[in-house]
Amino acid sequence: MEINDFKSNDEITWCPGCGDFGILNALKKSLVNLGKEPKDILLVSGIGQAAKLPHYIKSNCFNGLHGRSLPPAIAAKIANRNLSVIVTTGDGDCYGEGGNHFIHNIRRNVDITVIVHNNQIYGLTKGQASPTTDLGYKTKVQVNGVILEPMHALEMAIALGCGFVARGYSANSEHLCWLIGEGIKHKGFSLIEVLQPCVTYNKKNTYEWYTKRIYKTEDDASYNPNDKIAALQKAAEWEERIPIGVIYRNEKDSYEDKSGLAKNIPLVDEEIENIDISEALKEFI
Amino acid sequence: MTELTIKIAGEAGQGMQTIGSALCRVFKKMGLYIFANQDYMSRVRGGNNFFQLRISDKPIYCPLQKSDIVIALDKKSVGLHQTDIAGNGIMVLDKAEFGIVKESKVFFNVPFHELANKTGGNDIYINTVCCGVIAGLMGLGFEYLEGVVKEAFSGKEEEAIRKNLLAAKSGYDFTKDNFKEDRFKINTVGARETLLMNGNEAIALAAIKAGCKFYSGYPMTPSTSIMDTLAHFAARFNIVVEQAEDEIAAINMIIGASFAGARSMAATSGGGFALMVEGISLAGMTETPIVVVDAQRPAPATGFPTRTEQADLDFLISAGHGEFARVIYSPGTIEEAFYLTIKAFNIAEKYQIPVLIMTDQHLADSLMNITPLDPHKIKAQRFIISRADAKKISGYKRYQLTASGVSPRAIPSWINDVIYADSDEHNEEGHITEDAQMRVNMVEKRFHKKIAGLTQEIEKPVAFNLEKAETVLVGFGSTYGVLKEACERLSNKKFGFVHLPQVWPFPTAELSLLLDGKSNILTVENNAGGQLAKLLMREAGIKVKSSILRYDGRPFNLDYLIGRIKELES
Repeated sequence: MEINDFKSNDEITWCPGCGDFGILNALKKSLVNLGKEPKDILLVSGIGQAAKLPHYIKSNCFNGLHGRSLPPAIAAKIANRNLSVIVTTGDGDCYGEGGNHFIHNIRRNVDITVIVHNNQIYGLTKGQASPTTDLGYKTKVQVNGVILEPMHALEMAIALGCGFVARGYSANSEHLCWLIGEGIKHKGFSLIEVLQPCVTYNKKNTYEWYTKRIYKTEDDASYNPNDKIAALQKAAEWEERIPIGVIYRNEKDSYEDKSGLAKNIPLVDEEIENIDISEALKEFI
Repeated sequence: MTELTIKIAGEAGQGMQTIGSALCRVFKKMGLYIFANQDYMSRVRGGNNFFQLRISDKPIYCPLQKSDIVIALDKKSVGLHQTDIAGNGIMVLDKAEFGIVKESKVFFNVPFHELANKTGGNDIYINTVCCGVIAGLMGLGFEYLEGVVKEAFSGKEEEAIRKNLLAAKSGYDFTKDNFKEDRFKINTVGARETLLMNGNEAIALAAIKAGCKFYSGYPMTPSTSIMDTLAHFAARFNIVVEQAEDEIAAINMIIGASFAGARSMAATSGGGFALMVEGISLAGMTETPIVVVDAQRPAPATGFPTRTEQADLDFLISAGHGEFARVIYSPGTIEEAFYLTIKAFNIAEKYQIPVLIMTDQHLADSLMNITPLDPHKIKAQRFIISRADAKKISGYKRYQLTASGVSPRAIPSWINDVIYADSDEHNEEGHITEDAQMRVNMVEKRFHKKIAGLTQEIEKPVAFNLEKAETVLVGFGSTYGVLKEACERLSNKKFGFVHLPQVWPFPTAELSLLLDGKSNILTVENNAGGQLAKLLMREAGIKVKSSILRYDGRPFNLDYLIGRIKELES
């Protein structure tokens, strides 16, 4: 497979310069590197700019409701574990509207990869604060600046024991491509939050602002992503220096292993026209 | 006697259900017809609950108001249930234990605390003692009870069986010695094979038969035993039962699983269904087949969690923003719940729509011993591009415009092409569009065209004695049984009824034909608004004379309905 095999003919409606382009390219490259075929990939999304991404790749796509990208994604994976299921969601979709699913699907640990486009602002609704907007940032709604504490999603994920927690930067496509690949290879729920400048509505967290602060965790030889406490500290770094890379790894059994699903034939492959329930009915005699 | 009603009342946790279930098994062995319903409070301990068991030598379909035998397991039950004793009935109580000194000709005093402690060693054995009392009152041979006790405790320690048999025998012997009449002796019927189940169990079994492979739900009374039953059988049939974090997750999960190709279902009650509403609309828009059960309970909001009502009719018909096709079944019996659930899965897949099954606590929890279900009567039919045909597909369009409104549905990874499904308005490929003409085409596809097809597949209304009837009762869902018995009981033949097993698409043509020329039409509904009466007017222009409405959270029973009909007729 080559990059062109993943080319979609759908017109892209993101703003020129949007950080989402970097994520789209990194994801395509990553799928090529992993030798995946479009027909075996399912991209699932909710609503927002990130949620449009599945249309811009040739692969199966389920673009559902706002905040509800995770439930159909994990269920599709449970129904057919031969699909590689990837969620493209945003800070509003995943951390705001869909916060409950974010928490409980980390606990559920179905083998899916979740890419959160975090631009720290609402783009599609034109510039209101998101759950990750920095304190004090002024918008048309938060006229005196944001007073709600930003949600620390990576720290939450680590606290919940998520098996793979990473942060990427949309302007560093090669590094992001590698992170996405690692996430897809990880067996279980993998979270990749991508810092993604919104060129229209976020005037603070710009390319320039990020470039000054970002460093790779891989460059620090002493950093051990298997250490939960160190990972929590690493994930909390912000404002001065911002780490990208694998923040936390926690190898454990996935939902598929624990539920026994992995031992049975995929649900979609079951022949259902002649199911015999006579033995089950006998329990009611 | 040809029939008998027994009520076992007490605090939650005193084991009314245990006694009731044991008695059901006894009567089932005797070939009697059983209708058992439960009235319970939303609490695990305390309060006052009852299990009511009606048995007959002829088929029966609903509960009665009054009981021939009331077993009061606590003092509170004595006061609460005295008015519901039938003319010739009795109340069994333990006067010494309850500290009751007054006499009453309906009291039959049994020292069941003393008997339980003497035989079993503690109060736990009161349940078994009471079973013995009932068998004694009815003059049954002890062997029936013995068999059931042995079955119930099979696999348990010998000691448990021995003590329970002693407890049952003590209640039985005490009654034989102290109650010398045979007024509760019931006609015997030849043994026949039956299945003892409730509405929820029938729905779960049907889902298995229909090929449901994925179930998600959040526990909510009175729907929960659908999930319990599926979980019980899940491993045997390779079904995944996933308890969701909330009902929003549940419906979005079943949509995802169904998109991937697995038949999927969720069940809930009104409050949970309210959370699912956006998902119903998503299933309509993405044309993803799903089956959702709403086991209704009295609302608004939390309402009466453990009681019954039929007030979600208007809500379900319009649930979900926007316009799209849906089907709503409203089964009236356990058998109908079974067959309609299989049909629900077939219709959902054939038309790629949400299909809703509307039941209520009364149907969900009521137990009957039904004639064996025929698992071959309706087959699971598939309406997808088969794996073999999938290989030949190229240039696939998920929302291809067709005359029927239904596009050939491919399963992801089975075809070499890819599939785009979207909740935004989309073109035939499934990509987002803003085109006005495409919007019109897609609305007509999802709404007008599918409804036209569905109108040809309506589950026909069930009619009784319409030719002679001067007064026609009309109902949907769980009122079927009480309508049937009321019309049979009102023996002057001027009463008939129509039961609707499907309320959407509304059976307009069928009802217009059935009710043509009838001027005395009454709807019978477990709600306060007369929702069915309004629907009859809105959809079919049929004006009803009046509606018999019950909205105290209790089901209609035969005596109550007949009383209300007579009030109206006088």
